[in-house]
Amino acid sequence: MICFRDLHKRFGEKHVLNGFSLEVPEGETTVIIGYSGSGKSVALKHVVGLLEPDHGEVEVDGHVVHDLPRAELMQLRGSVGFVFQFAALFDSMTVLENIALGLKHQGVSDREIEQRVRESLEVVDLDGAEQRFPAELSGGMRKRVGIARAIALRPRYLLYDEPTTGLDPVTSSVINALMVRTRERLGVTAIVVTHDMRSAYSVGDRIAMLFKGQVRQVGTVDQIQRTHDPIVRQFIEGQPDASGDPEVPEFEETIA
Amino acid sequence: MFDVLRSMRDMDVWVPRTVVQMRRLGVQSVPIALFIATFTGIVLALLSSYSFSGAVPLYFVGTLIGKTIMMELAPVLTGLALAGRIGANIAAELGTMRVTEQVDALETLAFNPLSFLVVPRVLAATVMVPLVVALAMAVGVTSGWITAISLLDLTTPEFLKGLRLFYEFKDIWFGLVKSASFGLGIAAIGSFKGLRTGGGAEGVGRATTEAVVISASMILVLDAFWAVILL
Repeated sequence: MICFRDLHKRFGEKHVLNGFSLEVPEGETTVIIGYSGSGKSVALKHVVGLLEPDHGEVEVDGHVVHDLPRAELMQLRGSVGFVFQFAALFDSMTVLENIALGLKHQGVSDREIEQRVRESLEVVDLDGAEQRFPAELSGGMRKRVGIARAIALRPRYLLYDEPTTGLDPVTSSVINALMVRTRERLGVTAIVVTHDMRSAYSVGDRIAMLFKGQVRQVGTVDQIQRTHDPIVRQFIEGQPDASGDPEVPEFEETIA
Repeated sequence: MFDVLRSMRDMDVWVPRTVVQMRRLGVQSVPIALFIATFTGIVLALLSSYSFSGAVPLYFVGTLIGKTIMMELAPVLTGLALAGRIGANIAAELGTMRVTEQVDALETLAFNPLSFLVVPRVLAATVMVPLVVALAMAVGVTSGWITAISLLDLTTPEFLKGLRLFYEFKDIWFGLVKSASFGLGIAAIGSFKGLRTGGGAEGVGRATTEAVVISASMILVLDAFWAVILL
């Protein structure tokens, strides 16, 4: 189980996370929605220790992430797959090398690596793309390779950072279906960060809205769709507020 | 610095990548180093002959070429060229990796970016820059010799007499020690600037420029430092 407790994070004057608390139940997909720059990705990066909180903590399986010694942090990272917003594939490596890199580092045998790469690419419908370089792939394909790289490690947790941002609606649906299929096949606990409500409704068991550094509301897809909270309604319906100005948070810039 | 030393424990990560970087940073820098050395040798031969203008025996052209190329010009001019080539290459590559989250991706795959990215580049540059400079020394002296016997009134025995006159083995190792420190500094500054890049393409451009400017300045400061310490 992943648990965010009273997380605070500042970047200069910007108080991006301001007491963010959320529990992510085992085996479920929790979607964190919110405006661009509201700190969703920042929260996600705390789970694998890419960022350290100014205050508060993130607990994974009962361990406080930022207190873990380096060796244990590495072990934790081995059990968490992270799918980055723009895939973050290594440009100088082929698809196969990108997927195999983490496996080699974990000491997996060559034969097992070959099998896992093949299986992962099958899951994301990219069989036969092993020898291609990231520059030769479309945005959607790159994201699928990013997912393949994450699931090849057989993680217990999967973290998706804006998995459908920048994709056309059809490709977004493919990625959404893939996230659902991945959870069904691997039984992982997942956190999806997005501002794409179609994606949130399709893949989420629960949705939490992050607003001004805190969780504004958390609930099932149905509860969120029927919410009376004006801020959440405004966001999920994509409406500006009554005054004509969208109720956007102060920290507009995308951080980290 | 302590983190870099600690990351050297991951030998299985940095050793294979160091070999790749030795080729990229060292072998691929040979053409530009030799180009500079060739023309430096030519100019130095003509300049020294012009300066001596009968007051000093002409075979001192060999002395001047040997001393200045080995002790100063090959290390410093090659170092400055490589500050541009290697420093910019490292800062731009690591900076791009930083802003496209590839460095974060490495960390999530349980790699230490210092072992994976920094140690191979720093070691490769520290080893390869002196080797490139050694070649530049040889080519610079050779081009000076060819210029001297072709364009000046000097024979090969006279040139060699001048070259040997004040030669000490220290002339070579002094240049090579300096070069190793230049290589280390260029790669360390490029890596540091690259990994601290923020702000997209503009940030990568800024990091690259800063890496080159700081590396070039560092070379001049180190050059004076070694002169004070070793001469």
